[in-house]
Order: sequence, then C-alpha cells, then structure tokens
Amino acid sequence: MSAVVSLEAAPPGPLAEFWQGFSANRGALAALIVLALIVLGALFAPWLAPHDPIEQFRQHMLTPPWWQAGGMATYPLGTDELGRCILSRLLHGARISLAIGALSVLMSMIPGVFLGLVAAFHEHTLSPPIMRAMDVLLALPGILLAIIVITILGPGLVNTMIAIAIGALPGYTRLARGAALVERHKEYVTASRVAGAGTLRLMFVTVLPNCLAPLIVNATLSFSSAVLETAALGFLGLGVPAPLPEWGTMLASARDYIARAPWVVTMPGLAILVSVLAINLVGDGLRDALDPRLKRLQ
Amino acid sequence: MLTFLLKRLALLLPTFIGITLVAFFLIRLVPGDPIEVMVGERRLDPEAHARLVQQMGLDRPLWVQYGHYVKQTLSGDLGTSIVSREPVSLEFAALFPATVELALCALLLALVVGLSLGALAAIRRGTLVDQGVMGLATVGYSMPIFWWGLVLIMLFSVDLGWTPVSGRIAIEYDIETRTGFMLIDSLLSREPGAFVSALRHLLLPALVLGTVPMAVIARMTRSSLLEVLREDYMRTARAKGLSPARVIVVHGLRNALIPVITVVGLQTGALLGGAVLTETIFSWPGIGKWLIDSIARRDYPVVQAGILISALIFIAANLVVDVLYGVADPRIRER
Repeated sequence: MSAVVSLEAAPPGPLAEFWQGFSANRGALAALIVLALIVLGALFAPWLAPHDPIEQFRQHMLTPPWWQAGGMATYPLGTDELGRCILSRLLHGARISLAIGALSVLMSMIPGVFLGLVAAFHEHTLSPPIMRAMDVLLALPGILLAIIVITILGPGLVNTMIAIAIGALPGYTRLARGAALVERHKEYVTASRVAGAGTLRLMFVTVLPNCLAPLIVNATLSFSSAVLETAALGFLGLGVPAPLPEWGTMLASARDYIARAPWVVTMPGLAILVSVLAINLVGDGLRDALDPRLKRLQ
Repeated sequence: MLTFLLKRLALLLPTFIGITLVAFFLIRLVPGDPIEVMVGERRLDPEAHARLVQQMGLDRPLWVQYGHYVKQTLSGDLGTSIVSREPVSLEFAALFPATVELALCALLLALVVGLSLGALAAIRRGTLVDQGVMGLATVGYSMPIFWWGLVLIMLFSVDLGWTPVSGRIAIEYDIETRTGFMLIDSLLSREPGAFVSALRHLLLPALVLGTVPMAVIARMTRSSLLEVLREDYMRTARAKGLSPARVIVVHGLRNALIPVITVVGLQTGALLGGAVLTETIFSWPGIGKWLIDSIARRDYPVVQAGILISALIFIAANLVVDVLYGVADPRIRER
C-alpha cells in the first residue's frame, strides 16, 4: 500500500515528462498516428497490397480510382500507364522511401556526430580541417550535392542513400561540435577527466548523452528531407531505377499522362507530401518536448 | 567593416579550394577514362587517344593538372561542351539570366506573400487566421515542389487553360535578347502582347520555386515579429498614440526583419536546388535544366562547370547575407 502512495508522489520520469510535452502538441500527436500508419503500411506491404507492385495488367491500363466513373474495386487507387496497381506500388514505395530515409539518417548521423565530437575535443588540431571540409559540403545545396554523388556513383538504391547521407553530414557535425563545445567545459566533464576517464570515454559516455536533444530533432528534419530528396532524385531519373515503385520515379513516368489520367500524378505526390508533412510535424513536437528553448525559433 | 569583410573572404578561400577539388576530381571519378568521357560516344583510335592525353596534360602528375585547371578556371575558361562544342562559359552566359529572372521573381513573390502572411499571423496570434497561415506554411515547407508544379500545370494549364505549360514566351514572338531577362526584353521589343505572354510563362514556375521560401519566410516573420511585439519600445510607440498600422510596420516589422534576412539568404540554396527541379518541369531554359540535361548526355565538362558555378553563387549569396547582417547589426562585426 505504502509503495503505491510513494509512486504517486514521485516526480514524472524523463520518458513520462517527454510524453507530456509531446502530447500537448495536438498536431504532432495526429502526425505521429499518420506516420505510424505509413510505417505499418510499409512493413506489411506484401500482405496489404492487393497486387504485385510490378505486375502489369495490360487489359486495365490507366483505370481510374474506384470512386470515379470506370473505376474498379480491385484497383482502389487506379492503375498506371502500364496497368500496374497504384495502391500496391504506393505501399511498396513506402518501404523504399522510409528505408532510404532511415538508413541515410544513420549513415550521416553516426559519422557526423563522431566527427563533431572529435572536432570539439581537438579544437586546435583536428577541428579546422574537419570544419573546412564540412564548409565545402555546405557550399552546395543538398540536392545538387546528391546529384554530383549520383553522377560519380551511378543511380541506384544504395547510391541514393549515400548521396543523401553525404549532404546531411555537415549538419550533424556542426550541431554535435557546437553542443559538445558547450558541455566540454562544464564541471561534470572535468570531474570525469580527473577521475581518469580517457578522451574516448569523455566523448561518448560523458558528453554525448547531454548533446542528444538537438541531434534527435535534426534527425527528424533530415529524415523528412531525405524522403523529399529521394523522390526528387527519382523524379529527375537519377534515383531508384524503374520498375521499383519509388514515389518520385513513379511521378517521373506519370508526367505524360497529366491530361488523360491525373490520378497517376496526384497519388504518388500525395504520398510524398503526407509522409513529409507527418515527419515534419512529429519533428516539431519532438523539438518542443525535448528542447523548450528551441521552441521560440520557429 | 573592411577587416570584417576581409576576414569573411579569407574564410572562403579553403571552401573555394575544396569546391575546385570536387569539380576537378568529378571528371576523373566518373567511370571510364577521362578522354573517353570527354569525347563521348565516338570511338577513338589509340594514336589519337595518346595524342589527346598528351595534349590535355593527362600524363602529367595530378597536382600539376589541378594547378592547370585552377589557373584556367580563374582566367574564366570553363572548358568546352562535348555536345555543342561551344565554350561552356558562353553557354552559361546565355542561360544564366533565365535562371536569375526566375529565381528573383520567385524570391520577390515569396517575400511579399511570406512577409504579409507572417505578419498577419503574428498580429492575429492564436486565432483561426494564425492557425490557418501556419498550417499552410507547414504544408508549403513539406511540399515536394516537382509534384506541386505538375499539380499546378494540371489545374491552370490543362483544366483552365490560363497559363502555358513550358518555355519563357509564346513561340510567335521573336524577342531580341538585350538584357537576357524576358520580362524586360519583351517590354523593350514593343511587340503587343509580348510582355503579357512572358509574364504568363513566368507565373507558375515562380510560384513553384517560391513556395518553400515563402513558407519559411512566413514562419520566420511570425516568430520574429511576435518577439518584437513584446518589446518595451513597441509599448512606447503605442502609448505615444501612433496608429496601429504605423506601430506594426515601422516599429515592429523593421526590427523583426533581421532574422528574416538570414533566412532569405539561406533560401538561396533552396532556390538553386529548386531551380533544377522547376526548370525541368517547365522546360525553362536556365542553368538548372542545362545541368540535368548535361548529366543525361554525359557532357561532363558542362557538369563540372555547372557545379563550380552553383557553388560560387551559393557562397557569394551567403557572403552578401553575412555582410548585410554586419551592416544591420554592428555587434556581429566584432566576432
């Protein structure tokens, strides 16, 4: 009995506190639900999709969605110019977009944070070359940098990830370095150093956990721009090659059917917009919950 | 001020070297031998190949080649296009005004709409107007602009027939190039209807390219103005009996503009990247479409130059913003 009472009196744990902050933002909460649905759709795509995403039903080319005249219930969102089921392609496309987004975030976050921490702990030796290299990457807008990398490596699934990750790298490095520079001179770090902790331990065990908030917020932002850039590269014909059902690649081939079959254009675009919007709103909520100081900036 | 400027320029030197390195190695990293890359699809006999290698200095050490490349670039020689056999710098000069015209109009649209909507949202904070504007801004910020362009074409060009689908001006007009800016050239030509045609061609691309900057500017203006509205001098201005409009515009917006300037500068990148997509959708003959077409044609000297130029534009824009910032806020110069 007494245990229950003391539980009620205890202050909320960090997770509960975070959830309180996050769920106060209604938009973020709704976006989280939408995002969860998209993730579920992607995970269970092979079971949810009514058809194979690359199977061509030549007798049903450019069938409109079911609510329009001539629509068929077996192709709820219609078919494209080769008679492929658009809903099935969108569901499988979610796997590609989310996988590229998530993996490219990891591929930029891990080296980026490492470089940032190294730069923060070696202010006069390693920091200048690292930061100047990042300046070079920052001198090109993200999509252009991705285009250069694709020009060198050639289009493809993995190369798209690499191209996007390279563009996102400087953001993490700068953030991690900035946050670590502030933390480095605090007393707990000195105490840890005096207690005999080595530089690596100081970097990753002592300082890094205290720099995580801005890095997590940045991760959601770079996740949403990764989804956008993947689609943009696909649209330009430099991304995931056909017949893989990548959303941007779908749009590129749909351009010629604007007048005849608008749904071929609207559906993949809506999928991109809704996903990016949901991720951005969740990011806003994360920022508000994790770092109230950043709230006023937007 | 001069030392501030020099310091900023000195910081740019390593970036410039880095960018030239990237552009230099691009041609050497692309699969295939640089000569074959440069002559394109045509076959070469080994003798001609060897002669070209020597002629272009590809047998010399890399650092000599790089030095030669930098020297060439600094003297304004950007190489020769494989496809058109024209100097890249000439092609660039012909196409660049189209991109500048598009980007400036997009930025102007973004500024006018973004500033007014952002200010409106700040003044009506917490109301439906505020929520509506901020909702729109979030959607605009998340917009895949290549799709947005297609949707607008679908709506305004295909369904309503209001705007043309592609190009800079209707084909029946033969406008003499004077400034390279179609809006100005069509006015100067005195041909009836030419200016209107140019304007109608520009409208959708400018809206598409301006959407993301517009959303960012609206959000920034709102939050910046909200902060300024709380300041003591705003209360003083109101207490003096100034009209609300004057208080907001002269005392409020002017002070709220400084963070907005930074954001506008950062949007140069979005404009450059967006130009590639927008120009591709609307067949707008600018450097963005040129770059993408050149990649498709494997015209690597053009790609190399395009990258160098884009980076230089971006760096220059950031420098201008830094300097403007230094002018607006003297404290920044001290750092």
